[in-house]
Amino acid sequence: MERMEHTTTNKEFNQALTPGKPGKPVKPAETLLSIEDLHVSFHTYAGEVRAVRGVTYSVEQGGSLAVVGESGCGKTVTVQTVMGLTPIPPGYIKGGKVIFNGQDLLQLSEKQMQSIRGKDMGMIFQDPMTGLNPTMTVGRQIAETVQRHQNVSRGEAMERAVEMLSLVEIPNPRVRANQYPHQFSGGMRQRAMIAMALACEPLLLIADEPTTSLDVTIQSQILDLLQNLQERLGMTILLISHNLGVVARLSKSIVVMYAGKVVETGSSSDIFYNAAHPYTRALLRSVPRMDREIRGELASIPGTPPDLFQPPEGCAFAPRCKYAMKVCTKCDAQPIKLGDNHYVSCWLHHEANPNNPFENKSENGGRNSD
Amino acid sequence: MSRYILRRFGFMLISLWVIVTASFILMNAVPGGPFTSVKLTPLVEKQLERKYGLDKPKWQQYITVLKNLCSFDLGLSIRERGRSVNDIIKNTFPVSAMLGLEALTFAVTLGLTLGIIAALHRGKALDYTAIIIAVIGVSVPNFVVASVLQYVVGYKLNLLPIARWESFKHTILPAFALGLGTLATMTRMMRSSMLEVLSQDYIRTAKAKGLTSAQIVWRHGVRNAILPIVTILGPLTAAITTGTLVIERMFGIPGLGKYFVESIYNRDYPMIMGTTVFYSALLLFMTFLVDITYGLIDPRIRIAKGKGD
Repeated sequence: MERMEHTTTNKEFNQALTPGKPGKPVKPAETLLSIEDLHVSFHTYAGEVRAVRGVTYSVEQGGSLAVVGESGCGKTVTVQTVMGLTPIPPGYIKGGKVIFNGQDLLQLSEKQMQSIRGKDMGMIFQDPMTGLNPTMTVGRQIAETVQRHQNVSRGEAMERAVEMLSLVEIPNPRVRANQYPHQFSGGMRQRAMIAMALACEPLLLIADEPTTSLDVTIQSQILDLLQNLQERLGMTILLISHNLGVVARLSKSIVVMYAGKVVETGSSSDIFYNAAHPYTRALLRSVPRMDREIRGELASIPGTPPDLFQPPEGCAFAPRCKYAMKVCTKCDAQPIKLGDNHYVSCWLHHEANPNNPFENKSENGGRNSD
Repeated sequence: MSRYILRRFGFMLISLWVIVTASFILMNAVPGGPFTSVKLTPLVEKQLERKYGLDKPKWQQYITVLKNLCSFDLGLSIRERGRSVNDIIKNTFPVSAMLGLEALTFAVTLGLTLGIIAALHRGKALDYTAIIIAVIGVSVPNFVVASVLQYVVGYKLNLLPIARWESFKHTILPAFALGLGTLATMTRMMRSSMLEVLSQDYIRTAKAKGLTSAQIVWRHGVRNAILPIVTILGPLTAAITTGTLVIERMFGIPGLGKYFVESIYNRDYPMIMGTTVFYSALLLFMTFLVDITYGLIDPRIRIAKGKGD
């Protein structure tokens, strides 16, 4: 599979970035994280689950990339592998590279990973209700990260924790720092989780479904906060979500995953206005729209994702795809270049296909395959 | 908090009164009396009954028991002639308590360590070793352990004294025999509790912060896993420090344990009442202590108590 490169479309955004900490060499518009042909499987009693089957994508320094796809498509496993959080066993990494800041993380020892996690890469998780230790004050839990990675006293680390809490807009941070997680609401806890992940000013923030378990108004607040922090700190965000609304607000580039593979990548306008893969299109159709009066059922994709115990030979989406051709069930498509950063893995766009159903809808110079 | 303690104390007194009443009814419901097994002339028996107040109606006896309890007087033992129950407890409880605490220290420290090690090496050789120790500890009765120890360590190897209560050396074998069962319970509980905690999301968060494995296990694992252990530690302490008949008999230890059993055989009413009240009071106090400690470990409980005030 060929490498896919992303450049952030918004050049002004890149220039506005302030470099990270002075100690960390940062050059704008450089690839910070690149995942290359990553394969991750899990051994279970029933057999091998091939959760990630050759995923390739990369994140620019200061960029914001979103990975979307339905549950079980491997998006979380991919980033957990990046963080070194995939439990081994039962999981194991069959192949590929994870190049972060110039080094292959998969070659590092657990000890070396420990000094990168929390310091250069922060992560926030889906469920803030269970993600905090119930018997430790919130401030202490943030200070713990600072103390681990920076040579500071307990008091200084606590001071930093209070600062972080005020950064994530928690009122009364000094009082709040000495409280326990059960004294925080769900939204507050997610803010505390963000504060914790950002305490050491990481180069990369991985947000794994950061708003999924929150109610809609709180979701919106958390997204505003993340957007705000990204602009102020010049942080690189890798967002994992199944919510296209969330993605639209936060991310400049999008990776669409299906059944352990990347099916389409592009800028958010490529994906939202010019989607090329039938799965991406179906996904967009299933988003509830306020501006359309549709009576009746919300659009959904018929069928279920394939069994990853025995992944299909051809395109994994073929059985659910109404445009599926003979070739789709036999052989998987390679990424085809459609625009500057717009790639799709779909036979419909192959130059040998005489009748591409999406061709006329494409505004971006049509298809120009590689 | 002080109001909470006061209220708890009140409940403890009520519980104790219920226990005293139930014990009084039960021991009088058992046929026979303190003098059934000894041959006495009717006149002597009458005189003895008068001396111990057994000739009075039951309700008067009950009132006397309650009155004496209020002044911490447990009365005179009928069997141990001339000795008060207070005296007997005062002389034998320290022995049982010392043996019990020794056994408990050994069982808790080793049990928790084994449990943690087993959980951290789930499914590996160390885990199975810990499980085997736990199964043996639970299933082999302590008198078997005691006699094997006496025979092998005491007689064959001649490393430690077989019996009697003289120096620290004398306490090692009985403490081990007494603590083995508790050790097994501790190992099993700590293992399962630790496994549950280690699968929690906040452990993953701790990992994502880059903490070392030791920091994750101690700060985030053990502290949360130990909560259920603290709960059983209270009743366990009360039970183990008040002595056991078997171990004390086998090792010739002058502890409190035998009085629990023998007082019932002898229908030694004041002794039955005394040991029961003493044990119950200790048990209630330990449970109370655990509840207070619990609040110190788990902040969620601490706050809930504050609201209840």
